[in-house]
Amino acid sequence: MAMDVNGVSIETDEEGFLVNLSDWNPDVALELAKGESIELTEQHWEVINFLREYYDEYQIAPAVRVLTKAIGKKLGPDKGNSKYLYDLFPYGPGKQACKIAGLPKPTGCI
Amino acid sequence: MAAAPNFEVAKLTGEITVPKLREGAMAGIKSYNANDKMQEALGFPGALVEDWHDRAIGKMGELLKKYRSLQVFMDACVHCGACTDKCHYYLGTSDPKNMPVARQELMRQVYRRYFTFAGKYFPKLVGAKDLTKEILDDWYSYYYQCSECRRCSVYCPYGIDTAEITMAGREILDSIGVGQKYSNEILGKLIRIGNNLGLPGPAILDTLQGLEEDVLDETGIPVRFPLDEEGAEVLLVTPSADFFSEPHVESLIGYAKVFHAAGISWTMSTKASEAGNFGLFIGSYENMRKAALRIRDAALELGVKRIVVGECGHAWRVAYSFWNTLTGVGDGAAEADEFAKKLQAQLDHSVPQPSHICEFTHDLLKRGVIKVDKSKNDHRIITFHDSCNVSRASRMGDMPGGQFIIPREVIKMVANHYQDMAPGTTHEATFCCGGGGGLLTDDLMEVRVKGAQPRMEAFKDVVDSNKVNFLALICAICKAQFTKVLPYYGYDMGMVGGVHQLVGTAIELPGLGAGPVEEEAEEAESEAAAAGDE
Repeated sequence: MAMDVNGVSIETDEEGFLVNLSDWNPDVALELAKGESIELTEQHWEVINFLREYYDEYQIAPAVRVLTKAIGKKLGPDKGNSKYLYDLFPYGPGKQACKIAGLPKPTGCI
Repeated sequence: MAAAPNFEVAKLTGEITVPKLREGAMAGIKSYNANDKMQEALGFPGALVEDWHDRAIGKMGELLKKYRSLQVFMDACVHCGACTDKCHYYLGTSDPKNMPVARQELMRQVYRRYFTFAGKYFPKLVGAKDLTKEILDDWYSYYYQCSECRRCSVYCPYGIDTAEITMAGREILDSIGVGQKYSNEILGKLIRIGNNLGLPGPAILDTLQGLEEDVLDETGIPVRFPLDEEGAEVLLVTPSADFFSEPHVESLIGYAKVFHAAGISWTMSTKASEAGNFGLFIGSYENMRKAALRIRDAALELGVKRIVVGECGHAWRVAYSFWNTLTGVGDGAAEADEFAKKLQAQLDHSVPQPSHICEFTHDLLKRGVIKVDKSKNDHRIITFHDSCNVSRASRMGDMPGGQFIIPREVIKMVANHYQDMAPGTTHEATFCCGGGGGLLTDDLMEVRVKGAQPRMEAFKDVVDSNKVNFLALICAICKAQFTKVLPYYGYDMGMVGGVHQLVGTAIELPGLGAGPVEEEAEEAESEAAAAGDE
């Protein structure tokens, strides 16, 4: 599968995740979010940026707890919980937010 | 929180009923195929090979010779029908091809055609069929609608194990280039990186350091989560989901508190950062062994005396039933296997090798080495779901049925309110969670939700009658599956948790400077023994 972003064809897998992680840029994120029916707000971008920073350092998405804690530290304890993240990304902060952030889908016994 | 499903979800009644047949109800279900990279990483062809027909039949012949069980299962069925209403996927989907006998028949029809006299010469008379592309598609669809839970085998008068037929079906499919994305991608990560999630060492370390902070904040006690520490007594091998997911991580915190309270040195390992082994699911002995050898390497490098397995159902089957010959954990390694022999000499054989975390904790609770305040769990009314692989493919402790008794005893020793689900849905008759055996993937959500229905009916019964609000589990797949599936049936995902989450809630942690706990316990034990003598 492929999607068109600013005239460039970007390849995605059958679940809509990027095939080449280096294809990601903010416009690609907007397009991926459209596919998820999510309008990206500043709050979404805070999560997306954290995911990308973490991935750059560890080559994997952060554990749910690591993510909620980091968001809590950065944005205040009222946002450091999974409810806040599920409100932003209803299909799950792990999978849906990772998709928009251009990360591979975390899979396993999760 | 779950989005509206694009399939019908049954309304629970609290009773399990056998549905009317709906032919082809799940025929369109097909999970995503593995791509060439995922296939080749496991030694399989990247895509369907041109001579797939001959190679599939060749592979079947090979498996029939290699596994005598498969040969017997192909021949022994008398179509008595005892299994027909025993599969949770049949009960939940009404598709007759999800009856165990029909699932077996998918392979048996081909077996007859190529491997029996009557089938070779009078195929129509005996229902023998050529292997066609359509049959191959059916195999892929329905062998990935079986969780290899073995419930049907309990009721078969001949003991035919559909799980083994499913495994053989998947092995044949893999050998001709048709693999499943979910299982094969994950198994590749396990063999390459060391765990199903693909967590590299630094990510595990970062997560564990975070947990140390959290527990310190919460309790004021510096409970450690050691990683790669040479000379530790115990190596804990647990599913990588325990590092990553909720509610899994709560059990990991529970294990750490148990080791801390008992004063036993332990470590986890980046190399052996996964208990699970999807090599079992796809019937690939070679890949199962490759994955299991990481655990042997880690145990040898770290010099541990004991190996304990965390809450993971199929991992415990692999550990309990296969590790001895695969890796040398336990007895039975081949004479020529130098490293297995070395590991056997290294391990302490006065304790079970390997040990399940439940039998480990159970022993400590019974001997009074760790103490608990049961009332801390008073807000919970708990029921326990027996995991399929633990129940029907392993044991715990030294008594028959220990795998049923020990987890329940652990729960009852740390909590005041416990209620079993209905007989016929527990112990060896337990229903699968619906997500086992390689089906825990989003693209099989309909199969998972429908397959969970029998368990959900039994759960509803104890929720309604006994106000149960906590479903205790000892398997990472069960935890992930129920967390996802409960909301489809109107329950909160927060009702799901691990047995060691309960232990972690109730356990009393000795503070800084507390004396050696083992000694205190021994004193208490000898006092108790003396009191008994009087």
